[in-house]
Amino acid sequence: MSDKPRKFKGGVHPEDSKALSASKPVQTAPLLGKYTVIVHQNIGAPPEIVVKKGDLVKKGQLLAKATGFVSVPLHAPTSGTVTAIEKCPGPACVSVPAIEITADGQDEWGSPFEPIADWQNADPAVLKQRVVDAGIVGMGGAGFPSHVKLSPTKPVDTLILNGAECEPYLTADHRLMLEQTEDVLLGAAILARILGLETAVIGVEANKPDAISKLNAFASNYNVTVQTLAVNYPQGAEKQLIYALTGREVPIGGLPMDVGCVVQNVASAVAVADAVIKGHPSIERITTVTGEPVVNPGNWRFRIGTPISKAIELAGGVKVQPAKLLLGGPMMGFAQNSLDVTVMKNTSGILLIPVEQVSQYTSEPCIRCGRCVEACPMDILPATISQAVENERFDWAEQLNVAACIECGSCSYVCPSHRPLNQHFKRAKAEILAAKRKQQKK
Amino acid sequence: MMLIITAVLFTAGLGALLALIIGATARAFAVETDSRIETVTEMLPGVNCGGCGYAGCADFAKAIVEGRTLPVQCPVSTSVHTARIAEYLGITAGEKEKVIAVVRCGGSCAVTVRSPYNGVSDCRSAVLVAGGAKGCDFGCVGFASCARACPFDAIEMRDGLAVVHPELCIGCGKCVDTCPKNLIVLTPAAVDVHVYCNSPEKGAVKTKVCKTACIACRKCVKAADNETQMTVNGFLVADNYSNPPISDLVEKAKCPTKALRLASKHAAGAYEGVSK
Repeated sequence: MSDKPRKFKGGVHPEDSKALSASKPVQTAPLLGKYTVIVHQNIGAPPEIVVKKGDLVKKGQLLAKATGFVSVPLHAPTSGTVTAIEKCPGPACVSVPAIEITADGQDEWGSPFEPIADWQNADPAVLKQRVVDAGIVGMGGAGFPSHVKLSPTKPVDTLILNGAECEPYLTADHRLMLEQTEDVLLGAAILARILGLETAVIGVEANKPDAISKLNAFASNYNVTVQTLAVNYPQGAEKQLIYALTGREVPIGGLPMDVGCVVQNVASAVAVADAVIKGHPSIERITTVTGEPVVNPGNWRFRIGTPISKAIELAGGVKVQPAKLLLGGPMMGFAQNSLDVTVMKNTSGILLIPVEQVSQYTSEPCIRCGRCVEACPMDILPATISQAVENERFDWAEQLNVAACIECGSCSYVCPSHRPLNQHFKRAKAEILAAKRKQQKK
Repeated sequence: MMLIITAVLFTAGLGALLALIIGATARAFAVETDSRIETVTEMLPGVNCGGCGYAGCADFAKAIVEGRTLPVQCPVSTSVHTARIAEYLGITAGEKEKVIAVVRCGGSCAVTVRSPYNGVSDCRSAVLVAGGAKGCDFGCVGFASCARACPFDAIEMRDGLAVVHPELCIGCGKCVDTCPKNLIVLTPAAVDVHVYCNSPEKGAVKTKVCKTACIACRKCVKAADNETQMTVNGFLVADNYSNPPISDLVEKAKCPTKALRLASKHAAGAYEGVSK
C-alpha cells in the first residue's frame, strides 16, 4: 500500500474543532452514588431483564440477557442494589426502560468470566463466545452487536479497524489509540484470530499524526498495518472506509462481508481485549465531553448509566448557556431534551452547542445546484429524492435508492437552500419500511 | 368560383362520410353504462374524501347502484341528500351513526414543555428525529399533518395543538392515519364528553411535562351515572363509547386538570390557558 492518504468519493469538510479536547488525557470518572442503566443499548432486539428491584448486584454481574442473535447482554456498572426498574429519558427523546443501581461504594467485581490469558492458542469459538457474553457493541455510535459481524456467512479476507473518527469535535477514539495503543492492537489481533485471519488493517484519519506514529511503533508486533486516511467526512462510515482502504464497493442493501470485509471500531476492539484478557464485560467507555460552552472540555472514562448532567459537571459545567445538547458528534448526533439521559455503550460524545452556532433557518426551494449530489458519498441524488418525499411519492424515492442513504448528513450540510434533506430520507425509509410491513401482514 | 364550390362540396361530403362512419362505429361498439351511476354521482357531494371506503364519489355511486353499499355510508351527505338518492334508486337509505374525530390531547404550547425544533414541519418527520418537540411522548406533535389531510378544514391548529371542530367534522377518518402518535379516534357524534389525554405514564411523570394530563384520580369515574361509563386503563381514563357518559359529567366531575372536556367547548377555546 502506498503512503498517500486514502479517500472515498464525495464527502464534506466541516471544521473539525477537535483541538478543544484532543490534547486532554483520558480521566476516569469517580464512582457515583447512582447509575441508571438504559436496557436497550444495541441495534436489534432489546435484552430481557433478569434482576428485580431490591436485588444485590456485583460489578459486572448480568442485568439483562440477550434475546436472540442480534441482541447483547447488559452488565452492572458497579456493585450495589437495584433500586428501581422504570422508565427514564432515552437518547431518542422518548422514555425507555432502565435499571437504577444505587452503588454500595465497594465497587466489587463479580464478573461471570475467567480471563483467557493464552488467547493465541485459545479456540476461536471460545473467543467469539466471550465477545457474545461480554455484550460488546459497535462503540463508534451505531451500537450494532459486534459478534454478529464476527459470524460472517461469506468468506472474509480483510479485518478493518475503524480509527477514522471523522465526526468533528470527537476525540475519544483518538485518545484511546494514543493512550491504549497496545490494547487496540491486541484487540485487533484477537478479532483477527476469531475470523481466522493473520492480519488486520487499521485506518486513521491524517489529522491524528501522533496516534498514527504511536500505532506504527507497535503495529508490527501484532501483525497489523496502519493506513492513513484523508480527512474527509464521512470517512468513518463503514462502506466509505472499506472503499478507501480496499477499493471494494459494498452493494446497496449488502453488508461488508459481501466484499470480504469486517469492520470494527477501535473502542470495540479494546472492549474485546478487556473481555478476553481481563474477563471484563462491556460496562465502560471513553466519551468526549466538549463544545464551546463547556468550561473544561475533555475525555472521560464513564461507566454506562452515568447521567449526562454528571458528565457535564465533571467537565466543569458551562460558561454560557448552551442552546443544544447532542449525544454523538455534530453531524450524526442526536439532539436531547433532557439532562437525565445516561451514557450508553455507544455514546461517543456529549456535545454542547452555543446559541450562535445553532442555525435557525427555513427550508427554501431547491435551486438544482447539485452540491448535494457531489457531496453524497453513496452516489444517490439527494435533491431529487427530497422532492419525491415532499410530494409524498415514496415509491419514487424507493426507485431512486433512498435505501442506500447512510444518513451522514453531508447533503444537508452543503445545501445552500438549507433543505432538511437528511430528515426527508429518514421519513422516506420509515414510510417504505412501514408499507413493506403492511404488505407482509396482508 | 368553380374552384370554391368544388372545395366546399368536397369538404362537406368528406365530413358527412366521416360522420356516418363515426356514428356507425359508436353504435356498433357502444359501451353499456348505467345512466343511474352518473345521476347518483351528481347527487353526491363530489369531495372525493374517501370516507365511505371507496375511491371517490363516482366509485361510491357505482357501488350504491350495484347494491354493494347504501347511500348513508357517505359521511358528508345529510339525511335529506341520502334520502333523495334512495328515492331515486328505489332503495332504502340505510342507517348509520354519525362519527366525528377526536384528537385525544389537550397539550397546547401554553400547558406543555416544548423544545425548539426547526426541521421539516410535518408530524411524521418530526417524530423521527427526536420523538417530536414536546415533552410528552404520547401527545400531539403539533405540526398539522392531520389538519393538512382534512378535506373539510375541520381541524384547527391552535397554539401547537390540533383541535377538531365537531360542527365541521364529518368523520371521514382521513386524519386518523396521519397521526404518528395514533391520537385521533372516530367517536359517536352524539358523545360530547371526552378525555383529552393519551399518556399511559404515571400521573407524576405526566404532570411534569403537561398541565392538562389525565392523572387517573377517578373523580369522573365516581361522578358518572354508572361505573361502566368510563374505563380506567392503568393511569389513563377514557370514555366507554359503547355506554358513553352524558355531557353534564364535566360539570359534576370537576376534573382537576381539565383533561375531561366537552368537544364543543374545547373547539370554542373554553379550556385555553388552564392553570393548576
